[in-house]
Amino acid sequence: MLPIEIRDVTLVYDTPGGKVPGVKNVSFNIGASEFICIVGPSGCGKSTLLNIIAGFLTPAAGEIRIGGKPVTGHGMDRGVVFQDFAQLFPWRTALGNVTFGLEMKGVAKAERETIAREQLRLVKLEKFTASYPHHLSGGMQQRVAIARALAYNPAVLLMDEPFAALDALTRDDMQRLLADVWRETRKTVIYVTHNVAEAVYLADRVIVMSPHPGTVKAEIKIDLPRPRDPLSVEFLECQKELLGYLGHNANANEPVN
Amino acid sequence: MTENGQRARSLIRAAITLAAAAAVYELLARSGYFAPALLPKLSVVVTTLIATLADGSMIQHSVYTLYRVMFGFGLAIAVGIPLGILMARFTAVENFFLPLVSALMPIPSFALVPLFMLWFGIGNLTTILIVFYAATFPMLFNTWSGVRSVNPIWLRAAGCMGADEHSLFWKVIIPGASPFIITGMRQSFLRAWIAVVGAEMIAASDWGLGWVIFDAKEFLNTDIMLAALVVIGGIGYLFERLVFGGIERATVLRWGMVRSAKG
Ligand SMILES: Nc1ncnc2c1ncn2[C@@H]1O[C@H](COP(=O)(O)OP(=O)(O)OP(=O)(O)O)[C@@H](O)[C@H]1O
Ligand SMILES: [Mg+2]
Repeated sequence: MLPIEIRDVTLVYDTPGGKVPGVKNVSFNIGASEFICIVGPSGCGKSTLLNIIAGFLTPAAGEIRIGGKPVTGHGMDRGVVFQDFAQLFPWRTALGNVTFGLEMKGVAKAERETIAREQLRLVKLEKFTASYPHHLSGGMQQRVAIARALAYNPAVLLMDEPFAALDALTRDDMQRLLADVWRETRKTVIYVTHNVAEAVYLADRVIVMSPHPGTVKAEIKIDLPRPRDPLSVEFLECQKELLGYLGHNANANEPVN
Repeated sequence: MTENGQRARSLIRAAITLAAAAAVYELLARSGYFAPALLPKLSVVVTTLIATLADGSMIQHSVYTLYRVMFGFGLAIAVGIPLGILMARFTAVENFFLPLVSALMPIPSFALVPLFMLWFGIGNLTTILIVFYAATFPMLFNTWSGVRSVNPIWLRAAGCMGADEHSLFWKVIIPGASPFIITGMRQSFLRAWIAVVGAEMIAASDWGLGWVIFDAKEFLNTDIMLAALVVIGGIGYLFERLVFGGIERATVLRWGMVRSAKG
């Protein structure tokens, strides 16, 4: 719900083996409530950029503003969902995980549980509030993670390949669910993926990055009405265009999933 | 299988193992190869055990020993857990204490008993300090490893959700390190239990299970020695199964942070 400005962001990793470029001179704007997907080949700096926006990494140059305010570290204006299922706290139930942020905010117990139940309902897990993470499937755990990131009501949701480790069918369900959640909550979303169909399905706009060093190669607006049909001609056209930017042979069919 | 069914089965299995061991012992004792004074029959040991329990003397000895163990073990937890956490969190603390810990740890606690006796005399203080010494290192080491193995993604996630240092500590690091901390408590208690008996043999006067064994040797009372060993084994077993097993079932097993035994 807040706009984001990314200005000339550059980061170089210092490793024992020398300097490794992370991202270089990345600039783009994100509108309030816009759903942005970042795609690009492995190692092009997608995670690096997302971690800078999340405040886990400090750029060597450039700056990021969220709602006009420069980012200086992590903050509760942003919710983060990671790829790793292990992100949930195993010692807390689904409900306990979702209430964590509210607890940190000092919200009273009864109120935070009401909010958490509502968030779990949003991701269709109202029946599993009392379950511990190890009793939930991977897809359910990622849904709890989404509910947890939304519960304290951040303006921005940052997601780094949250569904990449799921099987194709579950992944389809999760994409539909996320599209619904976004329609209801209208968060500003930055979503990293290297799956082109996923980007076309979810995004208002896709940022294509290229590696060595990580830079923005193209920005593509996806002007398809929602809910989107992954089998429609327009959808496939968009996908083809995007694949072209990624340097794939546009005729080679990447399986739609 | 239900949890209760599982527990009943494991109790039955334990009973079978113990019965088999007792049968082997009884065969040896009755074989006639050994003097009955050295290897008394089980019935004699059991009679002695019941008699000493009934007159309260064995119970009183056990209470003394337990008091020393719990005191020393409590101190070991009070020092080992915070120090282990500090070592894992702050390099300066780690750099300072690690050489010290590495040098002290291999010294058997038993080897310190004579020295501690000279310093602290005979009685509770010396035995408690020996227990403390023996129990601290496993607690410290396991806590240290546990905190270092807390998944960084939990810290990141908690940080995003606005956790301050205090919440991070109590709500993420401690539960995150809990499998190691519980293992540390188990090992630490075991070491304490072993150390107390040894220390009591030399440094206790008149009370304690270790002292009972040592004193019985003077009069060739092997039945008393064996009865005391049964009590030592019994108490250790109860703590292991009920206390630590119970803590584990209520926490890390329930959370799926460690897997329960196969099958
Ligand atoms: N912690 C790190 N230390 C050193 N180099 C790193 C580190 N993290 C990433 N890099 C390097 O920075 C570059 C960008 O990495 P990044 O993880 O951002 O890529 P990515 O686009 O997220 O890739 P993937 O799709 O595989 O997740 C890569 O060359 C990578 O090797
Ligand atoms: Mg990545």
